[in-house]
Amino acid sequence: MSEHHHKETFVTKYIFTQDHKMISKQFLVTGMFMGIIGVFMSMLFRMQIAWPEKSFTIIEAFLGPHQTDGIMNPDIYLALVTIHGTIMVFFVLTAGLSGTFSNLLIPLQIGARDMASGFLNMVSYWLFFLSSVVMVISLFVEAGPASAGWTIYPPLSALPQAIPGSGAGMTLWLVSMAIFIASSLIGSLNYIVTVFNLRTVGMKMTRLPLTIWAFFITAIIGVVSFPVLLSAALLLLFDRSFGTSFYLSDIFISGEVLHYQGGSPVLYEHLFWFLGHPEVYIVLLPALGITSEIISTNSRKPIFGYRAMVMSIMAIAFLSTIVWGHHMFISGMNPFLGSVFTFTTLLIAIPSAVKAFNYITTLWKGNLQLNPAMLFSIGLVSTFVTGGLTGLVLGDSALDIAIHDTYFVVAHFHLVMGVSAIFGMYAGVYHWFPKMYGRMMNKTMGYWHFWLSIICAYGVFWPMHFIGLAGLPRRYYSNTAFPLFDDLADINKVITIFALVGGFAQIIFIANFFISIYRGAKATQNPWKSNTLEWTTPVEHIHGNWPGKLPEVHRWAYDYSKRVDANDDDSDYLHGQDFVLQTTPLLDGEEPS
Amino acid sequence: MLALFYIFIAVAIGVSFWQITRIMNFRGVIATDEDNTKQGKNSLIFLAFIYGIMIYCLIFMNVIMLPESASIEGEHDDNLFNITFWLIGIVQFAMQFLIFYFTFKYKGSKDRKAKFYADSHKLELIWTVTPAVVLVVLIGYGLWQWNNIMDLSDAKDPVVIEVYSQQFRWDARYAGEDNALGLGNVNYIKGINTMGVDMNDKNSLDDKQVTELYLPKGRKVKFQFRSQDVLHSAYMPHFRAQMNCVPGMVTEFGFTPKYTTEEMRQQSEVIEKTAGINKIRKAKGEDPYEFDYLLLCNKICGASHYSMQMKITVVEPAEYDKWIAEQPTLATVIQ
Repeated sequence: MSEHHHKETFVTKYIFTQDHKMISKQFLVTGMFMGIIGVFMSMLFRMQIAWPEKSFTIIEAFLGPHQTDGIMNPDIYLALVTIHGTIMVFFVLTAGLSGTFSNLLIPLQIGARDMASGFLNMVSYWLFFLSSVVMVISLFVEAGPASAGWTIYPPLSALPQAIPGSGAGMTLWLVSMAIFIASSLIGSLNYIVTVFNLRTVGMKMTRLPLTIWAFFITAIIGVVSFPVLLSAALLLLFDRSFGTSFYLSDIFISGEVLHYQGGSPVLYEHLFWFLGHPEVYIVLLPALGITSEIISTNSRKPIFGYRAMVMSIMAIAFLSTIVWGHHMFISGMNPFLGSVFTFTTLLIAIPSAVKAFNYITTLWKGNLQLNPAMLFSIGLVSTFVTGGLTGLVLGDSALDIAIHDTYFVVAHFHLVMGVSAIFGMYAGVYHWFPKMYGRMMNKTMGYWHFWLSIICAYGVFWPMHFIGLAGLPRRYYSNTAFPLFDDLADINKVITIFALVGGFAQIIFIANFFISIYRGAKATQNPWKSNTLEWTTPVEHIHGNWPGKLPEVHRWAYDYSKRVDANDDDSDYLHGQDFVLQTTPLLDGEEPS
Repeated sequence: MLALFYIFIAVAIGVSFWQITRIMNFRGVIATDEDNTKQGKNSLIFLAFIYGIMIYCLIFMNVIMLPESASIEGEHDDNLFNITFWLIGIVQFAMQFLIFYFTFKYKGSKDRKAKFYADSHKLELIWTVTPAVVLVVLIGYGLWQWNNIMDLSDAKDPVVIEVYSQQFRWDARYAGEDNALGLGNVNYIKGINTMGVDMNDKNSLDDKQVTELYLPKGRKVKFQFRSQDVLHSAYMPHFRAQMNCVPGMVTEFGFTPKYTTEEMRQQSEVIEKTAGINKIRKAKGEDPYEFDYLLLCNKICGASHYSMQMKITVVEPAEYDKWIAEQPTLATVIQ
């Protein structure tokens, strides 16, 4: 590949790079930066919920004009909640997670020199960067950033008279999201094309590692659903700026009747959730893919039920596009639709259960190498189960109507998609750090990071289910207006303490990450004794990934602890070791797994 | 409490810096058998931790829960909830046990060989079919109940009430003698006509506008919801009821109150919860709290979203008749 050996300047190597490995690092670091903002915001508003009348210097320092004597104003509370949701869902768990690992692993694990289009890949990152910049700028708008909740339902998001955040802050929010969606679409199309066209010799679809399956299906969901959000955002922009009435009708506010006629906020809800729900799986599936790979590698066992895992990813992806209405049981839509969406929603429990059971069976009788990445993967399975189960309550329209928009919902989705996905992301970083930076992360800090994180995750979100069942609505600036909720105040304090400790615990990770880039132990070529192709590349990054010819694939990715005699656990390992690289040809008479 | 929080922060920062200073010890980066043993044990300890927190919350947070449903339709909600909750509770305990116990039991060591076990159609069939069967029951019961609560067509002589929302208050309008609400639109909002009722509609004349809800026990109440500015959501947790108020359209919901406010106050669950609340209020030097049904706003609607509420009082039918007779009609108030 001599054409790859052109001279690189600092700019083409580190900034406007078209190399997927560098782009993945750019996504990761940008995602981490946004993550710090998002988590920090959640810590601020948790302090407000726990101690609503208490003055904090830190709030005075950070919220400037949006606080009085160290107590935040109601408007900025809603803004913090909104931006926390937006940043975590889109910027950290969509771009940060998919962007990082799809970019890093798709070419490396399918045996490609790079993405199908390096240029579009670069554009995808820079659009993401631009949208991040716009989102961060929106935080400094005088009237405050968008504050209508991350779902930005109109009319609240359309009318600056209704809430100050719906002024310039909301315009910037919409612009930022439009750019973000463009970035996401370009990225997704690139992933799909790459997986279809650039697999190396022998890498049949049925031999793809589950990571690639997950990224591939995720990209498809993104391409199907993100454009709908773009149209929703554009129509909202029209309503706000050009006086159209897509979502607005019959409004009397600030003493006057507005001109809007004939629109419906319910239309917006449909459009939003047509992305909004698949988005949950856009966030979660890559994390599950990463987990599949890491659990298998570290259990020294093949992933249990490879075909079932692939099929359940597909089933989840398909169902995810026809369940959006379960966010709208009480929106005023026809109750018959509610019935349909209850049915489709609860069906998702089946492929999800298959995945959970398959993970547990993979652990069973394994030889578990409890690296930090493995612990985070196990943690993911745990929080995925805990959060997933309560979905059976919320997906049932008859039950949802009693607890919709309470803290029960907040607890549910934070566990099942927030914590699970972020655990998947951490697992991925610990596991593939050697591939990204050629060095290893410190395991002791990794262990501390994991245990503090999971303890705090349960400390925050388990009790939160119960304050939801007590009827406490989410997005309340303070619960003091209702004596009914006075007995929840102490629980809220405990939750906040866990949240703050959990938030600070992430400093361990950030420290570990940045110190390891420069001072971590040098990585060997295949530190985790893994089967997949990325570990056959040299530790030092080269353009084109493999020197000389591309590797040839002869088997699936999960021949861990394969024996000479497949039915005899006491027989010797095939090839004398407990892993067989995908590039190793089948022996004479060996049954492919 | 706050001191505790600062201590926690100090500990967290301390731990992280202590670890950073140890960063030079980079000898081991891949889990050794020793690490596996240690982390295996940790996962058992963690299993004990989540079992502890789960059981603690399940037992001791019972008192803060909402009391039994105060609407007849909500009984099946409670039933369905209990069935679902038992089911997911059992699965949760079992699954968490398997996850963390296996992590402990099969922690890696040089002497262990993993079992090569890639597939079992039988097992996979079991855990595809079992959830499917269980779901048939849950979906079936859920849909039956959904139909139950959402179908308002067969209600005989319901009390028809319009619940009207705006930033940041609730109002209500009773349909009056004819049991039909007059039309409303934001264009009619003027002066005292704050709900924008069309006074040319003859159904409007006997309507009665109030700021607090009175409901008769045992009679179906049919609510119609409107909003004049942004989305609001009328959440009546004790009745297991919630519906969005959407500008530009009228939404509906209905239920039959089962207990009067007085009866509810005498219920053991409510007494216990109220006592708990009053203990806290007394310590803060606040007035004692007495149980009342509430309608809360449960859709983010602006700065004072957190305090937007309306009191609901359920009374015996005779008392309700007396109360409603005392309320002035719109015809007398507006014209």
